[in-house]
Amino acid sequence: MIKLTIDNRTVEVEKGTTIYHAAKKLDIDIPTLCYMNLGDLKIEHKPGGCRVCVVEVEGRRNLAPACATECADGMVVQTHSIRVMNARKTVLELILSDHPFDCLICAKSGQCDLQDMAIKMGVRSIPYQGEKSTYKPDFSPAIIRDMDKCIMCRRCETMCNDFQTVGVLSGVNRGFEAVVAPAFERDLDHSECTYCGQCVAVCPTGALTEVDHTTQLVRDLADPEKKVVVQTAPAVRAALGEAFGMEPGTLVTGKMVAALRRLGFDYVFDTDFAADLTIMEEGAELLDRLTRFLEGDKQVKLPMLTSCCPGWVNFFEYHFPDMRDIPSTARSPQQMFGSIAKTYFADTIDTRRDELVVVSVMPCVAKKYECTRDEFKVDGNPDVDYSVSTRELAMLIKRLNMDFNTLPEEDFDKPMGESTGAAVIFGTTGGVIEAAVRTAYEVHTGKTLEKVDFEQLRGIDGIRSASVDFDGTEIKIGIAHGLGHARTLLDDIKAGRSDYHAIEIMACPGGCVGGGGQPLHHGNPDVIKARQKAIYKEDSGKAIRKSHENPDIIKLYEQFLGSPMSEKAHQLLHTHYFDKKRKEVLLD
Amino acid sequence: MTSIKLKLKDSEVQQLKDIARSFNNEPGELINVLHKAQEIFGYLPAEVQEVVAGEMNVSVAKVYGVVTFYSFFTMLPRGRYPISICTGTACYVRGAEKVLDEFKRLLKVPVGETTEDGKFSITCLRCVGACGLAPVVMVGDKTYGRVTTDGVKDILKEYEDEV
Repeated sequence: MIKLTIDNRTVEVEKGTTIYHAAKKLDIDIPTLCYMNLGDLKIEHKPGGCRVCVVEVEGRRNLAPACATECADGMVVQTHSIRVMNARKTVLELILSDHPFDCLICAKSGQCDLQDMAIKMGVRSIPYQGEKSTYKPDFSPAIIRDMDKCIMCRRCETMCNDFQTVGVLSGVNRGFEAVVAPAFERDLDHSECTYCGQCVAVCPTGALTEVDHTTQLVRDLADPEKKVVVQTAPAVRAALGEAFGMEPGTLVTGKMVAALRRLGFDYVFDTDFAADLTIMEEGAELLDRLTRFLEGDKQVKLPMLTSCCPGWVNFFEYHFPDMRDIPSTARSPQQMFGSIAKTYFADTIDTRRDELVVVSVMPCVAKKYECTRDEFKVDGNPDVDYSVSTRELAMLIKRLNMDFNTLPEEDFDKPMGESTGAAVIFGTTGGVIEAAVRTAYEVHTGKTLEKVDFEQLRGIDGIRSASVDFDGTEIKIGIAHGLGHARTLLDDIKAGRSDYHAIEIMACPGGCVGGGGQPLHHGNPDVIKARQKAIYKEDSGKAIRKSHENPDIIKLYEQFLGSPMSEKAHQLLHTHYFDKKRKEVLLD
Repeated sequence: MTSIKLKLKDSEVQQLKDIARSFNNEPGELINVLHKAQEIFGYLPAEVQEVVAGEMNVSVAKVYGVVTFYSFFTMLPRGRYPISICTGTACYVRGAEKVLDEFKRLLKVPVGETTEDGKFSITCLRCVGACGLAPVVMVGDKTYGRVTTDGVKDILKEYEDEV
């Protein structure tokens, strides 16, 4: 152990501990802009680049970056001397000297770590004037890069390269020209970006933001010719409250429905309905593959991988295109919803598909891209017109000057608002496969589950495995969240080292609860875990907790689809994947 | 983006693979592999970087990051006679900039580019370790010392007859 003094207090830490963490032990907060530590999610980023965390170390000539300096025995540290305070302010002024001052209209305003720091340090003028970077903004279908606002903290690189192993972003060029960019400074749309949005989720400034559809949405809501339908993903209800000052993990399902109704949507539906539908199709596909496998069919592709997550779909299309026959062909709940809304539901209200606008509220930015995919359009008309993030919904509610906290609790409309506990857990890692197991077990064995909670599938570890006894047949299940973890499992499958029957994969840390479109966690992993808890709470409070028992899903099959995997179901609810590896390389 | 269209031949791809293998495809050897690749191709076009990235198991973005960080690496083809003007401290104080300006004036290309006929390209470098001869100019492997602005056209004349 090492003993040192910080702000005249003694602390003992293990060898290798940084000054930043030692101070934390004493509840001393050292400000940072680049440092990030997501605890249990095993993501740590400490480039020591921003220099905001500098502290005074006795006997050392210059100030030391607390996040990257290890403690030494007998060290005497001052974290808030006048010298430190002045240095931090100077560092911040220098960062701001190359920052555009459009803060009033910036998408990140009020949520910006740089803005917060400027307030904290009492910056009132920028004494340093000089050249400012002018980098061409990059507009992709999901993410906007405005690198003039980048402070080179490089958190996005850590998420893209180390956590997701997508490898799209890297620091390029040198000195003043340095910028974080895709290879050859192509735009994101011409890179292998999966649009997972984890770069957006950790960006401290407005350099990385999502494409905003709220203007279009307000226009559609005001159009009397249009019927506007909304669907909300499970993870949204577990995080939206944070934008209104509620504790992370507060469930706001009823208030969210009330807010959406007041925004003027004609029908307030639930993506959870489509999640139940996904289980019917994906569960049937899994059972079909399993049955054939157990009967000795060597051609059958196992393990089956889930396909709800559009970031994950993009990932295997780019990085493992030769394995694209392994994932389930079931579309994601967002797309199943759109497809049924614009056929079955449009018929029941006697409306043409082009008069119906289907909007989704998602914890995700990849969903914005997913709904633009050509295979999810009919005669050019998309099944889901566009997707807004949890953050965008919060912004709209604020724009309408609604007091979210005092809104009443309301219920979703029928029929596409009815859902089960199995659907709501789609919002967390482990949830999709648990929902699938609840249905697959009962369909396969013909028996009723005594306990629907499968604790062995839950948790926050990046890769988890469990086995479930299907009445004598052991079903082996793998779970990964984070694309780096997914890559590990895929490499195992490729090398023939995998004995799983089914694998659930979600791109974001913690699953959709930690999605790129959620209210910002500002580096606090407990926020994600609190949302996960909330999701399981919503599930346990539901009257029906198995997808195949959803009465409106049963009705949908009786009246419209026939049975899972029927021809109609195939046409409306399943998809195919593409090999995106061979893209045109040079596109000057 | 600064690159030109080019399609690598199978044999060239094989060459790159061999280079990578000679460094055990170690990601830490990326700079050495890029050095060798530039020796062969004269420059590092996008395709070369993509093959190297694949072989070394690093992202193309990272390779591009390294190539754009070090001034030694170039994504533009060099001339048959690459001219390097030393602008290190000793050469600089003895008039390297004027010499450089004269090369630019006579060849009508800026630093980092190649003449239209592909014959000459101009780059700057920092110190070749011959400060006693400052200012120093290199054409290919040949070194010229104590170069004056008037001497520039004489240097170029040496390469006049070459095709």
